Amino acid sequence: MKLLTHNMLTSHVKGVTKGYPLLIKATEVKVNEVDFNPQFVTRMIPKLEWSALVHAAEELGQRQDLPDELVPEYENNEEFLKKVHRVLLEVEVIEGCLRCPESGREFPISRGIPNMLLNEDEV
Amino acid sequence: MSASYPTPVYSHAGRGDFRDVYEPAEDSFLLIDALEKDADRLQLMRCTDVNPAAAQCTAKTASCNGVSLQPVNASLAECLLPRLSGKVDVLLFNPPYVVTPSEEVVGSRGIEAAWAGGKRGREVTDRFLPVVAQLLSSKGLFYLITIADNEPELEMRGCPSCASIGANKHGPGVSKPAESIF
Repeated sequence: MKLLTHNMLTSHVKGVTKGYPLLIKATEVKVNEVDFNPQFVTRMIPKLEWSALVHAAEELGQRQDLPDELVPEYENNEEFLKKVHRVLLEVEVIEGCLRCPESGREFPISRGIPNMLLNEDEV
Repeated sequence: MSASYPTPVYSHAGRGDFRDVYEPAEDSFLLIDALEKDADRLQLMRCTDVNPAAAQCTAKTASCNGVSLQPVNASLAECLLPRLSGKVDVLLFNPPYVVTPSEEVVGSRGIEAAWAGGKRGREVTDRFLPVVAQLLSSKGLFYLITIADNEPELEMRGCPSCASIGANKHGPGVSKPAESIF
């Protein structure tokens, strides 16, 4: 699970009103090099929940020096875009789980794929 | 003319670790043909499957074909709401469309989830339509595989943009809203 995926996921356990962002508990993390595409990263940034991304990167020890707030005019800041590229696309949680911030329900991550399935009594 | 893309490598599907995954058939290839026209619009792809083996199989297919795709094991796409609400430009759904007893649909997460569609083969599709309405952007397109048994010409409840969908009388077909931009 890349952090770009994590940024989109919400827990919908019955009764939960704010299942976002999910907390990450990782037991295996990999960093794989991915071709840097500044246009793609620039297009993705406005679609992100920035604080959730920074927090997730911090949980994995991969924050580098990403700021709490999005920097202005980032589209021309290649150094910044490369850092965002790294946390969005190169850092990957292979094993671990995602934890619903409200209910505490844990969603396992196995072989890189998060399992968001709910039991019948949870929907 | 749209660019032509080679048929993806998928020989691992339906075998070994992925024996509980329904192999791509004519319905999947219909979606690929439809997607070629939209290839330029695809920037970030997301996919889900209720069958854990199918999600793993998709990850393998992506890596075999040099494509970046991060599957999520989930039922339909609720886990992507509200974050992707109104942000999806192209949405594909290859539902279980075979008419079966309703009991076969409830809680199914194995290979049968690929085909067991319950009454009129519509039970899962009808559950998904309200989610479709939430996910699609203002210029969004929704592709749905149907067969005549699904009676797709009837109004698709919960999804006003899908009100006019043509049935394919000769097996599965790709349907799309009549008011689509093509």
